[in-house]
Amino acid sequence: MTPAIAPGAEITFHVRRYTPGKDARPSITAYRVPLKSGMTVLDGLYYIKENLDQSLTWRSSCRMGVCGACGMLVNGSPRLACNTQILEVARGQITLGPLPNFDIIRDLVPDLTSMIEKHQEIMPFIQREDQAEIDNPDGEYYQSPGDLERYLQFSFCIKCGCCMAACPTLATDIRYLGPMPLAQALRYNNDSRDGGAALRTSVAASRHGVFRCHFAGECSRVCPKGVDPAKAIQLLKGQLVAGYLGLGRRKRPCTKLGPASRR
Amino acid sequence: MATSQSQSRAGSPAPASTERYPNRLGIWGWLGGGRWGIERYAYALHRLTGLGLVVYLVLHIFVTALRAWHVYLWAAGGFFDRPAFRVGEFLVFAAFAYHGFNGIRLVLVELGLAVGKPFEPVYPYKTSLRVQRPLLLVMMAVALLFLLAGGAEFLGFVK
Amino acid sequence: MQMRDTKPGGGETGYWTWHMVAGVVMVALLGLHMTTMHLGGQTGLFVAHPAEQAVSPANSQARDASLALTVGYVLLLGFGLYHGLFGLRTMLLELTLRPAAEQALTVALIVVGLALLGFGSWAAFAAHKAASGLAAPAAVYVGG
Repeated sequence: MTPAIAPGAEITFHVRRYTPGKDARPSITAYRVPLKSGMTVLDGLYYIKENLDQSLTWRSSCRMGVCGACGMLVNGSPRLACNTQILEVARGQITLGPLPNFDIIRDLVPDLTSMIEKHQEIMPFIQREDQAEIDNPDGEYYQSPGDLERYLQFSFCIKCGCCMAACPTLATDIRYLGPMPLAQALRYNNDSRDGGAALRTSVAASRHGVFRCHFAGECSRVCPKGVDPAKAIQLLKGQLVAGYLGLGRRKRPCTKLGPASRR
Repeated sequence: MATSQSQSRAGSPAPASTERYPNRLGIWGWLGGGRWGIERYAYALHRLTGLGLVVYLVLHIFVTALRAWHVYLWAAGGFFDRPAFRVGEFLVFAAFAYHGFNGIRLVLVELGLAVGKPFEPVYPYKTSLRVQRPLLLVMMAVALLFLLAGGAEFLGFVK
Repeated sequence: MQMRDTKPGGGETGYWTWHMVAGVVMVALLGLHMTTMHLGGQTGLFVAHPAEQAVSPANSQARDASLALTVGYVLLLGFGLYHGLFGLRTMLLELTLRPAAEQALTVALIVVGLALLGFGSWAAFAAHKAASGLAAPAAVYVGG
């Protein structure tokens, strides 16, 4: 329960500002923002932009924790600005910065290109042997609730980048794939409709792939949707080792329902 | 489709700068960058003890190889029988105790055996960190017992 | 998209699996070694002359005289070097080096590891030969 707030209460937002072409390096600017019960960090940012400083820049969209645009560093921890109640994380001061481990475009806007490219590398789509079947589907794939549960958790990822910002390996290793791509690799490997696990293995088991994770677990701690990428990565390692030792189950892409099905 | 008349307007604003400011945490990120997850500190300490052990190992190979020439620098009254080296030896022992037992936890976790199964997440989220927390505490307790047993001998309580 | 450097047939998965195996083996072997050296007073493990310290020259020579323990030492050395140097490689690979530097690092660590393994094994068997031929503890140098 957030405590009752005295009328006229204010909180100081210390925001890390950076304007490319104008500033040599980021610096902190302080803003006094009136505090209301239930106010989120995003509400505070909108107040600053509307009343105090129109040049403040950040990304946001849905304001309800489903789009993943407003990931930023709130008091040292990567969080969604729309999902973070100010009084849950701060009293008189709150410090905002762009997500670390990404280059800064401007103010609180990180350059997420590296994350998106790494995501593309693990081929985040269903792959099956028969490309003609995928292009011209003529039936439904069968998937039981048990099959669904094997990957559903990891499909909740909203690509906000908080896990990538929290990961200690990404702090020093630019080439590491990162929690989000690796969790998505497992999401597709575990999808019973998919037959592309062998292709993803060559990416996931590379020199800067899944084995550069050491279970610091920060990714799962900060994930706003409960995706638990740390769990996904360890399960993926288990699958890779089982494959190496020849203990892996031969996974067949699931069959198709319908009268035209031949599989 | 109507042609846009604003495309070739003179005096349009200069294109935004494409400079990017690098924002990587570096080695400080290994230590947590100010955050407080216990598993993250366990990871940092595992690295530190591992580095210490591997450096010690290389030196240890050369020192113990001397026994092929009947040189035993570690014997009572020998070169390494000094308080400074005894303390160093205990630190190596402590590093092994931590690194070994935390390592057992990591083997179980990183093979996917101690992280739990995927399930539909419902807020408040119970992550794999919570699932393996009891294992972490048990391993730390065992490491502490091992350390105390070794400490008793180093401090001279036993022989 | 950047090139991914994966060898077919194992590659990183294989090295890492052996790293885990070596880790488990090390907990056992190094645990025995630590128990012998630092808990010898409490357990008496591999201590031929209980009146002396576990690390005394006489006790060391008694252990060297045993072929089983000498082989055990060589296994401990081999698994320890693999586990330790792979761990060192892991830490260094995460510092964003150029791919050529990463490859050179891997090769350098393999060379160093094999050299240390060779030297340590030779010393272990030389000590075994020297110790198993003795009737009583030989004259030793302690450098005190």
